[in-house]
Amino acid sequence: MSLKKIHDEQPKEFKFSEENLTKFEEILKKYPKKNKKSAVMPLLYLAQKQNNNWIPLAAMKYIANLLSMPYISVYEIATFYTMYNLAPVGKHFVQVCTTTPCLIRGADKIVNLCKEKISENENEISKNGSCSWMEVECLGACVSAPMIQVNENYYEDLDEKSTSEILDSLINDKPLKPGSYRGRKSTAPEKNQKINGEKHA
Amino acid sequence: MLKSENKIFKNLYNDHGWDIENAIKRDDWKETKNIISKGREWIINEVKISELRGRGGAGFSTGLKWSFAPKEVGSRPHYLVINADESEPGTCKDRDILRFEPQKLIEGCLIAGYAVNAHVCYIYIRGEYSNEGKRLQDAINQAYEKKFLGKNASGSGWDFDIFIHYGAGAYICGEETALLESIEGNKGQPRLKPPFPALVGLYGCPTIVNNVETIAVVPTILRRGGKWFASLGKPKNTGTKIFCISGNVNSPCNVEEEMGIPLKELIEKHAGGVVGGWNNLQAVIPGGSSMPLIPKKVCDTITMDFDSLIENKSGLGTAGIVVINKDQDIVACMARIARFYKHESCGQCTPCREGSGWMWRILDRVVKRKATYNDINLLSDVTKQIEGHTICAFGEGSAWPVQGLLRHFRKEIESRCREEPLIKKRINNPYLVDQHLLENKNA
Ligand SMILES: Cc1cc2nc3c(=O)[nH]c(=O)nc-3n(C[C@H](O)[C@H](O)[C@H](O)COP(=O)(O)O)c2cc1C
Ligand code: SF4
Ligand code: FES
Repeated sequence: MSLKKIHDEQPKEFKFSEENLTKFEEILKKYPKKNKKSAVMPLLYLAQKQNNNWIPLAAMKYIANLLSMPYISVYEIATFYTMYNLAPVGKHFVQVCTTTPCLIRGADKIVNLCKEKISENENEISKNGSCSWMEVECLGACVSAPMIQVNENYYEDLDEKSTSEILDSLINDKPLKPGSYRGRKSTAPEKNQKINGEKHA
Repeated sequence: MLKSENKIFKNLYNDHGWDIENAIKRDDWKETKNIISKGREWIINEVKISELRGRGGAGFSTGLKWSFAPKEVGSRPHYLVINADESEPGTCKDRDILRFEPQKLIEGCLIAGYAVNAHVCYIYIRGEYSNEGKRLQDAINQAYEKKFLGKNASGSGWDFDIFIHYGAGAYICGEETALLESIEGNKGQPRLKPPFPALVGLYGCPTIVNNVETIAVVPTILRRGGKWFASLGKPKNTGTKIFCISGNVNSPCNVEEEMGIPLKELIEKHAGGVVGGWNNLQAVIPGGSSMPLIPKKVCDTITMDFDSLIENKSGLGTAGIVVINKDQDIVACMARIARFYKHESCGQCTPCREGSGWMWRILDRVVKRKATYNDINLLSDVTKQIEGHTICAFGEGSAWPVQGLLRHFRKEIESRCREEPLIKKRINNPYLVDQHLLENKNA
């Protein structure tokens, strides 16, 4: 289990924007009427998106109200799931996968680069305020290891050189494109092989 | 090697376009109405004939699982839930289905939904796959536009809707009952079984939970016949499977192959061989991190299917193959996996919550050469205390890999241990002190 600390400075109020209120109505339609509590996870995502990628306590109270559920249940969910940020993160939020398949292809080097370029410690916002980073568990792209996730995008098949370039681009707020950095399109074997007359890769 | 005409996922690498028009050219949605018109019993029976086993890890017979859903709908509706949580380290096959072969999954959902009497299907996608989720939503919308979904889906007379629900970074939500809790808006903590979801599942209603790959192969099975699928692979281990080959290989990749293919052939023919050559191989984790590793000697001859791996005290799991060569510190590799389990335990059962931390800390001590010989026995004991004493199979999933390491690499571990504890002076700790507090750096 992991522990999460909520942010010291909390905004007093939180309300969904008009746009998000419409989305809220759409989300409710996915679930049976008497089970509107099911909407709590999507709503936490909405709140996170609206509030610069982190969820303040006021948003949890607001969502609890919307769904007529106890505030503590929303709080429990926000702390249980790791993707809900309960404190501010950088505009470019770098998540480095360091689980074994990535580790054995050099994830530790990526961690070192993050320490060097972004901040000494995890979850610390870089000096210019644009980035933060943390280690995460397997992101489900192991054949493209090592890899990082930046906000919603995967950067795959990395090495030190490409990671350096990517991190620099994030710090300068001009993010490079996501995808493979060894030039592959998908998860096909890289060397051109003919198998049963069919071209692979 | 699998003949190309027997491949199910022709667009696994997106060479031909993921969108519905291209998918239809590859025979997706061909005669779906016809298939459904043959009736539930026929569908379930054909899936039984194919001997398809679940691709989510446990390898349970899919046809049999479907037959557990009540035959008639009573006062409660039935649900179909697709498990796209894919978080098992070493596994990334469902991702390719979601982004490159979404129509296979969607068509499979309709057919499976009909077979188990469900009008509503939820696809639970791990939160990190947000781009894949958007892609799947686009594909679902395309299917609605073609009237393949919705009221009278594909002209079958069956109403069918699909909704996506995102997870938020908890591995345990891949466990089927934790997944249902998560959809219900709770913490993802597994339920005690029985009752099984087929009778009491989502919102207390009969629910069938299947993995993405399991459902995505169903339409092809029904079009080509259960016998065709059963003719591939080995008896009871039939059909094709997507293998993910990661780690120390020259060309890591996903590849669809016949069940029962020799591991060596997979690694050498598809993944470009082990870095440093076959003799540089140390061990392989054959089925995602929960499955015990197998040493090189076993890798030389083993075939990749459920039953031969069980014979070798491991398992096919998700077929996420992690290749570890001799340049790696095997204990460090497994210690990192132990850390994964410590991080991901849902915390409900004491043996799992506490034991996962113990296993990690002891292995970490071994890596740092600070462990004693006694620690090895303690480690082995902890794994035994977890195994079989927990609510869900996460307990075994965390304990087995450590047992595997002890089984095959005990000498390696012993060579790093010392006779005496590092700190000889006995600190006079009160009897009931929490281990964590003593090592608060690790807690
Ligand atoms: C800890 C744990 C994690 C699991 N994670 C997944 C997962 O990510 N994806 C998956 O399909 N099944 C996962 N499973 C297996 C599911 O519980 C369930 O057996 C499976 O989804 C059933 O589908 P199938 O019969 O098609 O394999 C997990 C099981 C356990 C115990
Ligand atoms: S075995 Fe572990 S993950 Fe499973 S229910 Fe118990 S504490 Fe949770
Ligand atoms: S281990 Fe890094 S993506 Fe799976």
